Amino acid sequence: MYAFLIRRLVHSLVVLFVMSVVIYGLMGLMPGDPVDLMISADPDITSEDAARLRAIYGLDQPLWSRYANWLGAALTGDFGYSRLYAQPVWQAIWPALTNTLVLLVSSLALALAIALPAGIFAATRPYSLADYGINFAAFAGISMPPFWLGILLILVFAVMLGWLPAGGTAASAGVSGLWEQLQFLILPVASLTIAGVGGHTRYMRASMIETLRQDYIRTARAKGLSESRVVLGHALRNAMIPVVTVIALDLGVLFSGALITETVFAYPGMGKLIFDAIMGNDYNLALVGLLMATALTLIGNLLADVAYAGLDPRISYEELDQ
Amino acid sequence: MSAPAITITGSPGRAVLARFMKHRLAVASAIVLCLLVSLSLLAPLIEHLLGLDAEAVDLFARYAPPSAAHPLGTDELGRDLLLRLLYGGQVSLFVGLTATIVAAVIGTTIGLCSGYAGGRIDAFVMRVTDGVIALPVLPLLIVLAAVDLNKLGLPDELLGSGNVSLYRIVAIVALVGWTTVARLVRASTLSLKTRPFVLAARAQGAGAFRIMLRHILPNLASPIIVATTLSVGNVILLESVLSFLGLGIQPPLPSWGNLLTGAQETIWEAPGLAFYPGLLIFITVIAFNFIGDGLQDALDPRSRDSRTAARN
Repeated sequence: MYAFLIRRLVHSLVVLFVMSVVIYGLMGLMPGDPVDLMISADPDITSEDAARLRAIYGLDQPLWSRYANWLGAALTGDFGYSRLYAQPVWQAIWPALTNTLVLLVSSLALALAIALPAGIFAATRPYSLADYGINFAAFAGISMPPFWLGILLILVFAVMLGWLPAGGTAASAGVSGLWEQLQFLILPVASLTIAGVGGHTRYMRASMIETLRQDYIRTARAKGLSESRVVLGHALRNAMIPVVTVIALDLGVLFSGALITETVFAYPGMGKLIFDAIMGNDYNLALVGLLMATALTLIGNLLADVAYAGLDPRISYEELDQ
Repeated sequence: MSAPAITITGSPGRAVLARFMKHRLAVASAIVLCLLVSLSLLAPLIEHLLGLDAEAVDLFARYAPPSAAHPLGTDELGRDLLLRLLYGGQVSLFVGLTATIVAAVIGTTIGLCSGYAGGRIDAFVMRVTDGVIALPVLPLLIVLAAVDLNKLGLPDELLGSGNVSLYRIVAIVALVGWTTVARLVRASTLSLKTRPFVLAARAQGAGAFRIMLRHILPNLASPIIVATTLSVGNVILLESVLSFLGLGIQPPLPSWGNLLTGAQETIWEAPGLAFYPGLLIFITVIAFNFIGDGLQDALDPRSRDSRTAARN
């Protein structure tokens, strides 16, 4: 198992390295460079000054040597300075990362709390009215444009009813207290939950239906166990295996959803930070933010593999490696 | 070589159609979608009939409520919302379909070659595919969308045309959208290439290219069609998100996504502006998803049968 873990970790690090090269290269293709930004801020600058500045910052060097410099500094823990936040990159990222994790964890927990029972309920009554209803609702959730959902929630709960704030955080609104802070979380969490719950429900339903066809379920029924005992005691654990894998593999999708939700609700998380950094030509911050997001999804993938083999004793880590 | 007895249920095509017609939501979706497509394509005619100009700016009629002259009201520049929606539909549907087809072609090619080649090439290609699937797609697409095309050295005439954002978004979405089809095609190719009919073709001296195109690909049609239909909705969602963020289709070219860009700020004055474009995206995406679901039932009856078996 350790050999498997180490090999997967190395694989993840290779992906991360490749991504850093690709993203760095793409940043070089974005309009303007840091000196252009300084020029636009100071009309008196001469072209000689600009050339001197470019030499100071190493911008006259070819892309690969700039990347080598960045990587060398990054490996010693120096990720540079954020232009937008006027702080070292790490100091700008930490609070955003915490905010995003709060958002991701609470909406994932809520989505699963709804999706798993709904999926099981539908699977135990296939092609009933309830099954069709749940299936329809799941399709609707999957097909909802996530930003539009956010806007609709704002329209109903902030504009028409006035119950909840339209966006931001308690800190930005200058209020404190637990309830006030929670109020700012309700709409973003609801938005992200609705976006994810449909997919999980469909996975759960499909997996449970497949499991209920197995022979050991017939055996369990034959020995006279109650239906709830069969479903929850015998089928559920096996049906959960593919679902757990899919949840971990979907972390990248979840993060993309968080970016949209955070942007719509002006919620200061990683997604909004990355978006603002790219839009504001904050190269250092965008690069590290994107790599953090990539690392997060790679960790999710690793967890999926570990969980897959851990939950299903029929699968060995060696087999997974093939 | 079809035995006459099989023709009792009609041709395979008709059997598929008959199974598809049983999926009532899919049929309803197909009708709705046809309606949306025709309305979008007929936008110039509707423009003429209403006696309006889709691009006419009227600053004295900003955010006008629905009226006889403007059935859905007007936007922040006094343009007719209905017409903007219809022209936006042309763009969003075009991007959704084109990008999906391009992605499907890329995915089929990669999956077919990888699966047929096997061995180390296959292992490497699949590792790359897994890597792409694992990535947080949206942030990366935002970087791609922010790339300055002038620095890529593309010809000026292409960059000068107003449609450059259209081509760019098709390219970007296709670049990340090929993975599902690639994995599907690769897995099926792996099993198909060991079947007797492929071995027979090889024994007759058919080259790898011919075997892949003439013998393996036709057998993959059903899964590719289902996966492609199911991904149209995702592509339309992706386009709308990028356009909403200001990185996809660039105004004045309308798309359902970029019609919503300013909607959040004007939500107090004109909630309709925030409502209708999203509703059309929602209807289109859910329709494609239901049609995909129906096609799956129709083209792969085994999955349907096994699902029915689960009833007992």
